[in-house]
Amino acid sequence: MPEDDRIHVMDEADVRQAVARMAGEIVERAGGTDRLVLMGIHRRGTQIAAMLREEIARTEGVRVASGSIDITLYRDDLETIGPRPVVGGSELPPEGLDGQDVVIVDDVAYTGRTARAALNELNDWGRPRRTLLCVLVDRGGRELPIQPDVTGTSVHVLPNQRVEVLVPELDERLGVDLINMGAGAP
Amino acid sequence: MSEGLGKDLVGLENLSEAQLLTILDTAEPFKEISERRIKKVPVLRGKTIVNLFFEASTRTRVSFEFAEKRLSADTVNISSTGSSFAKGETLVDTARNLEAMRIDMVVMRHGASGAARFLAERIPSNVVNAGDGSHEHPTQGLLDLLTIRDHYGRLDGLKVCIVGDILHSRVARSNIYGLLTLGAEVGVCGPPTLLPPAAGELGVCVFRRLEEAIEWADVLNVLRLQLERMHAGYVPSLREYNRIWGVSTARLEAAARDLLILHPGPMNRGVEIDSDVADGPHSVILNQVTNGVAVRMAVLYLLAGGQPEKAEAAKQGAEA
Repeated sequence: MPEDDRIHVMDEADVRQAVARMAGEIVERAGGTDRLVLMGIHRRGTQIAAMLREEIARTEGVRVASGSIDITLYRDDLETIGPRPVVGGSELPPEGLDGQDVVIVDDVAYTGRTARAALNELNDWGRPRRTLLCVLVDRGGRELPIQPDVTGTSVHVLPNQRVEVLVPELDERLGVDLINMGAGAP
Repeated sequence: MSEGLGKDLVGLENLSEAQLLTILDTAEPFKEISERRIKKVPVLRGKTIVNLFFEASTRTRVSFEFAEKRLSADTVNISSTGSSFAKGETLVDTARNLEAMRIDMVVMRHGASGAARFLAERIPSNVVNAGDGSHEHPTQGLLDLLTIRDHYGRLDGLKVCIVGDILHSRVARSNIYGLLTLGAEVGVCGPPTLLPPAAGELGVCVFRRLEEAIEWADVLNVLRLQLERMHAGYVPSLREYNRIWGVSTARLEAAARDLLILHPGPMNRGVEIDSDVADGPHSVILNQVTNGVAVRMAVLYLLAGGQPEKAEAAKQGAEA
């Protein structure tokens, strides 16, 4: 894709700064780290969760519990879209989720359907004391009444644009881009 | 990357390498669901699945039922005793009546080879073959592939020998097709009366002695000797069968390397397999049973959407 169609929203330093602020907010809202569990949503939510965990370890000196959620089997669009590949499976921290302060971490908040699916899945896993939603980018466009509690940044997205969060593990760099999908693009 | 399966799973013969790998890779994350405290995901909520069993089965039927329930489908079991098949209704009539009650999928075991394809071509519901005569038993083949891959980390280049009644075995046929497509070498070994006349044409090597097969193989898939075969004159006696073709510790000790023992069940202990082998360190027979649920969940999941081209399109837009 030519560089013209890609607008940089956040570079690596911006993302790191946002993560540092979000980590602080998470600890504050959870009232400490004792019961804190970070659950990243596959795929890029898990990388954001790992960065938040590092940051909390640096500032608070504690490695909080963490896990991952693959929401594929909780989607509401199997009928319309057909089976998607199940990417990762879900992983729980050994101490479980009962009575914990669980933070669902995702890269982008859009329709709210992913967060809805993640909430349903968490419900099957246990009963957290409290659940928070944390995203790096809020791009608006909600189709369900679900809002993030902790947000890295908010961007205004035109109908022909989409947001791409890039992480080193999958995309070889860290950042957030807006992609212009021309008339010819799918 | 992944390739859809279409409407039905009739056999492994016509599945591509990519399709087989899609099923095995999809089964991996499904294993974990059965280890959860709440062993259930909502993905097939609202789907109605009929388990239509014209032949006796415990393991396969129960395994399918667990797979269906763990995916939140609604299930109905029909077995030949106490149903109207006994009154002479044809297969198509039975299926059409079920369809009239608005079902989504049929899992069928039938004594006639080809019954699964016959049904699949006549009803719009998804059809999963749970064993048809001596044709194929695709989910058994898939769970065998998964169990072997779990142990060795690959199938490509492995040597797998199927031992016993190859002639009548749908399990053997599904294994042969799946293993060959995924790059394994396949051998068969058993009494000449129970080998297909043209076994070589399937692309497998034939072993005349069990000792040679054990020497050659990384995996032995030991088939059940159906006792009615003895009455039909294929083998002289169970004792003789055990003496010549039974997998025993003494025979395994001759092969000093890693050798995996599979058996599709139900076992005749002391006939085709000795107890100390079935319960021994080489045996993965219970892993097969565990994997059976995961593989069936994967098949049901992949068939339920049934729109691979939409799945592809969805993947392109998944980041949005």
